[in-house]
Amino acid sequence: MKVAFYPGCVSKGACPELYVSAKAIAEPLGLELKELTEAPCTGAGVLSEQNPQLGDALNGLTLAMAESEGADLMTICSTCQGVLSNHNYHLKQDKERMDRTNATLADQGFQYGGTTKVKHLLWMLFEDIGIDRVSAAIKRKLTGLKIAPFYGCYILRPEESLGLKERPERKNYLERLIALLGAEPVEYRGSTKCCGFPMLTFNRDKALAMGGNHIVEAKEKGADLLVTPCPLCHLNLDGQQPDAARVLKKDIGVPIFHLPQLLGLAFGMDPSELRLDHHVVPTKGALEKVELKV
Amino acid sequence: MQFTIEVGRYSPEGTYAENAVPGKPFPAPWDRSPARRYQTYTVDLPEHAVVLDALIAIREYQDQSLAVRCACRSAICGSCAMWINGHSHLACKSKLSAFTKEGKTRVESPPSMPIIRDLVCDMKPFWDKHLAVKPWLQNKQPVPPPNEEYRVSNASMEELIQEVSCISCSACLMDCESFAVNPDFLGPQALAQAYRYAGDPRDAETKERLAEYSKPGGIWDCTHCYECVTQCPKGVAPLDQILKLRKMAVDAGFTHNAGTRHADAFAESVRESGRLNELTLMPKSVGFFNIVDQIKTLPSAFNLIRAGKLPPLIHKKIPGVNRIKTIFERVGGRFK
Repeated sequence: MKVAFYPGCVSKGACPELYVSAKAIAEPLGLELKELTEAPCTGAGVLSEQNPQLGDALNGLTLAMAESEGADLMTICSTCQGVLSNHNYHLKQDKERMDRTNATLADQGFQYGGTTKVKHLLWMLFEDIGIDRVSAAIKRKLTGLKIAPFYGCYILRPEESLGLKERPERKNYLERLIALLGAEPVEYRGSTKCCGFPMLTFNRDKALAMGGNHIVEAKEKGADLLVTPCPLCHLNLDGQQPDAARVLKKDIGVPIFHLPQLLGLAFGMDPSELRLDHHVVPTKGALEKVELKV
Repeated sequence: MQFTIEVGRYSPEGTYAENAVPGKPFPAPWDRSPARRYQTYTVDLPEHAVVLDALIAIREYQDQSLAVRCACRSAICGSCAMWINGHSHLACKSKLSAFTKEGKTRVESPPSMPIIRDLVCDMKPFWDKHLAVKPWLQNKQPVPPPNEEYRVSNASMEELIQEVSCISCSACLMDCESFAVNPDFLGPQALAQAYRYAGDPRDAETKERLAEYSKPGGIWDCTHCYECVTQCPKGVAPLDQILKLRKMAVDAGFTHNAGTRHADAFAESVRESGRLNELTLMPKSVGFFNIVDQIKTLPSAFNLIRAGKLPPLIHKKIPGVNRIKTIFERVGGRFK
């Protein structure tokens, strides 16, 4: 299945392990990735809140690029998913916004007709690729691991633009996937909460406490690791975890896996191929539970 | 139909029923409420019953020591906001059948608010924040004579209908992630009301308001998680109003804050390269001359480098970046 692949800035910047692992799992899932190399950053909501028209134009361009590929747009980042879904929703609803956006893009070689579907890899697993195909690709059950899901705000809220009103099951895909891969999903309140990343530059200690609290809660519920479909959550939960531990005066030490890394492990790939050695919090302890070494 | 309700109970005297089991709502360090106990009740109610029906039935027929705050039972008065299965909802608007999980429904006072007794939390933090934003009009001069009124356009009032719908139930604050770690944050309800007045054409102190709301604890301390939008029972969408205030504040020239620096650094990076430059975003947002905060980020930066997660030192532009520059020139506004 061909998809217009939108890797997002972070997978090509501070989380290269996400990009590598996403590419690695494409083949066993039967995905043909047509990467949109000329698509701009979504603006992560930061640009849209100050200038919605700019947000419409940047994201309208990306949506138009996917449209011209004749494929659904696949993201691997909750934040990219949220921003693209939001602009797609409003452009489709509001003819004036759509016309203004296409006027801005008029001589840029792209016009958006409003047909693109924006789908995170997590959604595609259940809605397009299908559980049977995912199950068939599993070569190594992750039995014995307790895994805490961590969604990231923008793949859950606001519900209208993400289509969660029509498809409420999207709120539970991570738990279902963890169980499908043979591991035990950990139920805890933090799974749908904010990692604190958006506040990291303005209110550092509070942002660290916010993310740290969720990991501590998951740990107390027995989690060996957290899995997230959002690299920005990963940056705060993994990248800043030692600092969060300092702020909370607690020992944390819970590794944070990207969604494609977890899939790759279950598909029998080598941990170093998935770059599980490129994490701030070592993944060794969790991997040893399924008799793997990094 | 039988429903099982697990009620979080707290007694300032420390006395509980025999079958109440000790517990905390969640093992979270932000829990500011004292230790509570959970007591289980079974009630027989019709399928369409709401959580409040169950609580009233318990109080009337099983256990008159249960403290519940409620009044209208019609989602108008805002008295019965509480945590139901770990999120804030109006008990009178939440159907029991929809909230029954693994055979039971857990109801309790939210842990981020001080508790008075059982399901009754102390609303003082909420009202303090509400008052702090001066939720009343500062009359524009000249004030119309007694037999006349301010004339405003229909459109300008329609813009404020959403905020006026607030019933001050505090559901948004009870689930606010920023408030949970930062008690000084004004919070979603107060800031939605702040916009209601700052955005009112009859108000004379818009600029003073924006200066006040831009201070620490104000609009830039929101983490943008949309919990308030999801939990508000009246569709006020507080986050949307906070974002409007941010835009108004920046447009009015209140730009000496990390939030604005962050947006400017973000825009510069996307405009010049088509993508985010993570290497420069953090130092530019913190502010180059903010030495103390710059130093605070160093240990984390070192950890990222050691893990091989340093973004490329030479930031690459995306192919076709001129297209992005053209878009910024056309509609970039202050980001041009």
